[in-house]
Amino acid sequence: MLIELAKIVIFPGFLFLLAYSLFAQWLDRKLYARMQNRVGPPLVQPLADIVKLFSKETIIPASVDAFLFRVLPYFAFAGVTTSFLFLPVYSSTPVTSFPGDLVVVAYLLTIPTLVLSLSGWVSCNVYSVIGGIRCLSQLFAYEVPFFIALLTPAMLLETWNISEISKNLPSFLAAHPVYIIPVGVAFVVAVISLQGKLERKPFDIPDAETEIVAGPFTEYSGRLFGIFRLTLDMEMVVGVSLLAAIFLGGAMPFLGIPGLVMFFVKTFFILFILAYIKTAVGRIRIDHMVSFGWTTLAPVSILAMLFVVILHKGGLL
Amino acid sequence: MNENVILPIGPQHPLLKEPMHFKFTIDGERIVDADIRLGYNHRGIEKACEARTYTQDLYMIERICGICSHTHATNFVQAVEEIMKAEIPSRAKYLRVVVAELERIHSHLLWLGVAGHEIGFDTLFMLSWRDREIVQDLLEIITGNRVNYGMNTIGGVRKDMSKEEISQCLAGLKTLEEQTLYFANVAQNETTFIRRVDGVGILPKDIAISHGAVGPTARGSGVDLDIRRDAPYAAYGEIPFQVITSDRGDVLGRTLVRVGETLEAIKIVRYCLEHLPEGPIVVKLPRKVQVGEAVTRYEAPRGECIHYVRANGSEKPDRVKVRAPTMANLVSIRHCLINQQIADIPIIVAAIDPCISCTDRTAVILKQDGSHKTEVIDWATLRKRAIYKKPLK
Repeated sequence: MLIELAKIVIFPGFLFLLAYSLFAQWLDRKLYARMQNRVGPPLVQPLADIVKLFSKETIIPASVDAFLFRVLPYFAFAGVTTSFLFLPVYSSTPVTSFPGDLVVVAYLLTIPTLVLSLSGWVSCNVYSVIGGIRCLSQLFAYEVPFFIALLTPAMLLETWNISEISKNLPSFLAAHPVYIIPVGVAFVVAVISLQGKLERKPFDIPDAETEIVAGPFTEYSGRLFGIFRLTLDMEMVVGVSLLAAIFLGGAMPFLGIPGLVMFFVKTFFILFILAYIKTAVGRIRIDHMVSFGWTTLAPVSILAMLFVVILHKGGLL
Repeated sequence: MNENVILPIGPQHPLLKEPMHFKFTIDGERIVDADIRLGYNHRGIEKACEARTYTQDLYMIERICGICSHTHATNFVQAVEEIMKAEIPSRAKYLRVVVAELERIHSHLLWLGVAGHEIGFDTLFMLSWRDREIVQDLLEIITGNRVNYGMNTIGGVRKDMSKEEISQCLAGLKTLEEQTLYFANVAQNETTFIRRVDGVGILPKDIAISHGAVGPTARGSGVDLDIRRDAPYAAYGEIPFQVITSDRGDVLGRTLVRVGETLEAIKIVRYCLEHLPEGPIVVKLPRKVQVGEAVTRYEAPRGECIHYVRANGSEKPDRVKVRAPTMANLVSIRHCLINQQIADIPIIVAAIDPCISCTDRTAVILKQDGSHKTEVIDWATLRKRAIYKKPLK
């Protein structure tokens, strides 16, 4: 009981997620800065930012629904933190797990986006409302490809359990190398969709600074904004860990400390890809985003899935 | 959505580096109408010029703009020299061109970075501003300053260039040319950049002419207009160069014009440094300026800049009028903005390279009968109109 609680609160649960998300934010900013020939922030900068935000006054605009305005950031925070408990960190067994937890994690990861768009609506500010609308329009573009990409390995292994997938995928791919093609394609689709989910370049359309100030966050300040910032960092870690678990085998093939190291190596790899994409491109427009999602990402992910369905389920291989 | 939403941008907004107000009427993501308000940055510089001597004015006028400081200084000096009917030495003319063209390079590289930032392409911003440092260093070698060069004086230039400085500059230009070619390649081939500027903010040639667009904004719409060629000043009459135009009319066209001009400016600077005539750099002029008036035109990085100076025979000018290029280009911006998307506002506004602090002047609006539209109000009425009704403590 006590050990279970410690697992949830300290490692690999909440506190570990907190520490790693601050580190991941630093790594992301540092990589971004170095690729742009800048110095970048010191290691404690993300922590200092959060401490600063938490110690600042929280201003709640007079015209908003104060209850909803206050409660929304915590919803997003809770959704993201819970989803991390289903992800394997130092071994293939996460804190908690049940058949079909992949779907739960995917849905929990949708909550921040919904909360963002809702917080844009309750903010009663034209920039926030536009940001909220953009959040939702963008959600329709990347969510379907993201789910299909996640389900491709699940179909292959006939299990919707994250730890089962991360345990069995490497050996399965080693036995049947032809499936590296659909899984690889699904991985690329998932990384691009994750970039959209995290609202990073080129998909940072909902909080495009030069257009709509900070989008849904425009009216948020102090602690509430701090919670949002922390949530986005955690969402990045959860998303990256999810991709590492599904496509790269999570902590496999090690257990314990080497497994943890393996987890870090794999997540750093995905973080590097994310930072590289962020550096290499500019922001695209919302109409380009939606058409890109439906004309490129979705068909490609469906093709990868069809490949699996026809070859594997059809019994050809 | 039945009712259109008003999207206010400015005077304080991340899009704008200087205060300016836009009121956009939007329908979903589409812009239905746009309204522009200026006047947040009025500094009374023209009036201040009347209270100072010509030499003092020169230094103040240079501070109208942080980017095209040489533009305003040269323009003013040329006007004064025209009133005094002075002919300046040709070495001074060449040195003025060198600084002017380096300023154009620095302004255009800065613009490219800002344009990248406006469409969220921060890497372009960081890299172009990094390489802009080379120009800043060259300007520092030539003039001793990085921003307000203080190069001009009435009757010539203040500082000469030595042989070593010339060779240092030529070496710097070489690196600069390589980097600019790289940026030209990015601006012409990078997909995300092209998708954001291609076909955005279209300004047809006839509208550009009728709305009085100048500089790269006009040349990007195919209007072949360049004061350096059409009414040569300083040494431009003797220097071979091309006027870059593009028939595209969109933001991409304006980008290509600016990138082309940067490369052309490098060639001009190189030509000037290699063909720098020998001789003095300044002529001695009388202290007082005789009665007279002059209008001078100058091709600033942003377009045609006009200065008008009227002298009354004293040591202070009677009237100084500055028409910055942004003033001419702002008129056409509304046409570019209508029927575009919200996402395109930043890049369309940035495409004219607005410089609001140069532009802001006061204007007195006349009523229909020609009388001044002014009224006398007492303190209580003024308070009532204020945002804070209570007296401030």
